[in-house]
Amino acid sequence: MSEGCRVAIVGGGTAGLSLATTLRRLGVSGIVVLEREEDAGGVPRHCGHYPFGLREFKRLLKGPDYARRLVREAIAAGVDIRTGTAVTKLHKGGRLSLVCGGETYDLQAERVVLCTGVREASRAQRLISGDRPIGVMSTGALQGMVFLQGLRPFHRPVILGSELVSLSAIMTCAHAGIKPAMMLEEGPRMLARGFMRPFPALRGVPMRFGVGNIRILGNRRVEAVSYTDAGGLPREVSCDGVIVSGRFRPEAALMQDSPLEIDPDTGGPVIDQFGRCSDPHYFASGNLLRPVETSGWCWQEARDTAKRVAADLAQEARAQATVTLSVNSPELRFVLPQRLVPDAPPGGMAQMQLRLNKPVSGRLYATSGGQRLWSGALNTVPERRILAPIGPIITAAPIHEVLMETSVVCSMESRPPK
Amino acid sequence: MSEANSTVFDVAVIGSGVVGCAMARRYTLNGAHTVVLEKEPDVLDGASKANSAILHTGFDAPPGSLEQACIASGYREYLDIREALGLPVLKTGALVVAWDKPQLEQLESLLKKARQNGVPDVRPMSKAEILAQEPALATHLLGGFSIPGEYLIDPWATAHAYLLQALANGAELRRNAEVLTGVFDGEIWTLSTPAGVVRARQVINCAGLFGDILDQRLLGQSRFSIHPRKGQFVVFDKSAAALLQAIVLPVPSKTTKGVVLFRTIFGNLAVGPTAEEQDSRTDASTDRTTLQGLRQKGIEMLPALARHEITATYAGLRPASNEQDYRIITEPQKNYISVGGIRSTGLSAALGIASHVAALNTGAEVRYAPLSAPAIPLPDRLSDYHERDWQVAGNGGIICHCEKVTKREILAALDGPMPPATLQGLKRRTRVTMGRCQGFYCTPALAALTKGRLDPALGEPDE
Ligand SMILES: Cc1cc2nc3c(=O)[nH]c(=O)nc-3n(C[C@H](O)[C@H](O)[C@H](O)COP(=O)(O)OP(=O)(O)OC[C@H]3O[C@@H](n4cnc5c(N)ncnc54)[C@H](O)[C@@H]3O)c2cc1C
Ligand SMILES: Cc1cc2nc3c(=O)[nH]c(=O)nc-3n(C[C@H](O)[C@H](O)[C@H](O)COP(=O)(O)OP(=O)(O)OC[C@H]3O[C@@H](n4cnc5c(N)ncnc54)[C@H](O)[C@@H]3O)c2cc1C
Repeated sequence: MSEGCRVAIVGGGTAGLSLATTLRRLGVSGIVVLEREEDAGGVPRHCGHYPFGLREFKRLLKGPDYARRLVREAIAAGVDIRTGTAVTKLHKGGRLSLVCGGETYDLQAERVVLCTGVREASRAQRLISGDRPIGVMSTGALQGMVFLQGLRPFHRPVILGSELVSLSAIMTCAHAGIKPAMMLEEGPRMLARGFMRPFPALRGVPMRFGVGNIRILGNRRVEAVSYTDAGGLPREVSCDGVIVSGRFRPEAALMQDSPLEIDPDTGGPVIDQFGRCSDPHYFASGNLLRPVETSGWCWQEARDTAKRVAADLAQEARAQATVTLSVNSPELRFVLPQRLVPDAPPGGMAQMQLRLNKPVSGRLYATSGGQRLWSGALNTVPERRILAPIGPIITAAPIHEVLMETSVVCSMESRPPK
Repeated sequence: MSEANSTVFDVAVIGSGVVGCAMARRYTLNGAHTVVLEKEPDVLDGASKANSAILHTGFDAPPGSLEQACIASGYREYLDIREALGLPVLKTGALVVAWDKPQLEQLESLLKKARQNGVPDVRPMSKAEILAQEPALATHLLGGFSIPGEYLIDPWATAHAYLLQALANGAELRRNAEVLTGVFDGEIWTLSTPAGVVRARQVINCAGLFGDILDQRLLGQSRFSIHPRKGQFVVFDKSAAALLQAIVLPVPSKTTKGVVLFRTIFGNLAVGPTAEEQDSRTDASTDRTTLQGLRQKGIEMLPALARHEITATYAGLRPASNEQDYRIITEPQKNYISVGGIRSTGLSAALGIASHVAALNTGAEVRYAPLSAPAIPLPDRLSDYHERDWQVAGNGGIICHCEKVTKREILAALDGPMPPATLQGLKRRTRVTMGRCQGFYCTPALAALTKGRLDPALGEPDE
């Protein structure tokens, strides 16, 4: 079986739904959202806490209510949402292989937009030592257990990581009457923003930073976690579960073995400033692009992408001449987009997005062929959004690769807090 | 005496690793009323839960050894029966690759050994030939040879299929049934386990990592001792499988086959195992430094691996003994056979071991005759290289998207003739949560679907 549509959107989370709704409101018909879960809504479906929706709906919502609203809006706008439908392969030129309940079929779209989101890195990906008992899970899985199924996987887990999502883990635990035994962070300080730092303590969760040698212990169930403290002394905390939180990776499974180029730095697709992938029939938006942004950011990003896709539909899909944009300093972890169309029509992203590997206080430069195209102050830490303007770079019409570099006045290596 | 206790089985197979499973099948097909006693809540929870899943030809086994003979006959029988049992094989072949001069110098004697072992189709290969076949391998390799008959199989479905065939033809499985003591009255063994007393005319010890301990319990002594040897593995994302066609074996050293690069039949690419002597018979934990070393070793041999994510890590324990060869020892006066020290080739040799053992005269009077038309069970079909249930209508939808495990597959395992007792057991039967995301997406749905069926449960109701 084979059928066609104008725009196929893979993934019905925040980005996919926002994009679909916007396209319909721009008057584009034939919009299909393909979502492999039984319900659309994406990750917010199981984030049973605030704050969602401020930017989008001007009100403070919990994730599940927010997700329902996104779905309602999309349906009202005339979007065809097909749940229980997994995309299994991307082919050249915008053809998708799908499966729904064992029925496989192909869908040919004029444009495809990939919006498959992010997930947290697993225990295995982080090479965490120890036994392999049950009770080790990501924050996302915990949220799904608690908020979608009303199940409690453990009573006293240890939380690994200290990103914003690790704090979501604490909130999720609180909702289910779970009392985290401890929060362990390998880095020297909390990764979540400054004003969030007292949160675990307020919730009565002890925190340990600069820990090493984390090992999960337990035969059938988790029994304890051992680690070395910041002073190098061996410690052990008894617990019955482990929440392996954060360290997001784009869910780019579909892009393996596909016509699309992947950026090893972000883990997502290589795009130009229009969100266009290396096959011009494909676009990408939302957290698939990079780890990681808030839902509100993804919602807005998808609206902008929708406008670019709508404009692109007016012409044949064709590859654009681009120059590469990449990071060229060890402190810089990634830059998005990875390609720039130098003499582009207006309407592309105004800003590029970067992230750090380590804290930097210095300057950020864009250079091309030895020419400095732009520079600005840089004074921040990993996991924070960094934006730099794209305009000055494309107006300079670079013909060589554009490199993002830092001059580091002071790059603070990891050191334990005093 | 309760009814269960009054049954006298022809044979009690103690242990349901791959060897015990093959043993139960062999005896059952030979017509023996067989009981399998397993101390754990599920089968395949010992040495057999984690290995490289290579169907070895035995090309490098010690010539003239029992191990070599059992691998050779086990290999043949697997290929004979696998289609009927619905078991997959991935005919990759293997390459032994020398990475330095001393290794290169050993190739000639390895080739000679292979031919001695009845593996005549080994073929020397130059560096250029190897790189033409495997262009992703690092270019500092010096040469090697190919063994076209080394294949990849599904380590769990294989053993499950053996045991399921035994069960389908009248055998019984008792779990949580650790054999603690036993008395032989000259005719019948009376074995006591936490799951009750079991009586059988003959005992076959297939207790793997605990083989010597079981001998001590039942015979008062053991003629071998087990020295567990851990092997850790790093499994890379399915995207890495395209980097390699054949299994890449190193030139083996005395104690280990060395670190192997191999695809899995589930579509991944793995590096391992290590060989670490240890006292513990149960500690299959992994260690970050070792895993990092393995990853590095993999990248040295296959540089492009550096760009691929890790999907899983695991470790297995080889039931090595104080001697190199298998320790298959009969006690004819006691109707007892001990099958010990099946260290690093048991998956390949299991069928051969079972036939060998069944042919031994233990003194037990044989009162049974082979089945004429044995029933054939439904296998787990998990090979990524063959048709899967997600492509077949009516499967109830996909629960685990990374491994494409359907609701119907999970329910079939839970409702089947040998249901899993633990999540680990369900994973071995279906691969659920074993993919890239390691349960990030599907754990909640899986917890709901398995409610009341696994112990420990994935979650308890939040009242
Ligand atoms: C555990 C977790 C907690 C978070 N908490 C917060 C928070 O509290 N606040 C916040 O602002 N942000 C949070 N985020 C960030 C979150 O990613 C964004 O809020 C938002 O959901 C991103 O939207 P998205 O559309 O990019 O991805 P998602 O919402 O993840 O949507 C992706 C969708 O694609 C579907 N999909 C994937 N592959 C396929 C396929 N092959 N075929 C069909 N469908 C497919 C998925 O099922 C999913 O529904 C969190 C993220 C995670 C992982
Ligand atoms: C790292 C590694 C890689 C390997 N790679 C390969 C390979 O590629 N190819 C290959 O052919 N082989 C390979 N092997 C070897 C293979 O896995 C083993 O030879 C095989 O699993 C041994 O099986 P077994 O049945 O003898 O032991 P086990 O699997 O340990 O089974 C013994 C069973 O007996 C039970 N038991 C113990 N005591 C009692 C008691 N008192 N009462 C009741 N039950 C009891 C245990 O719980 C267990 O289930 C590898 C092994 C390892 C560790």
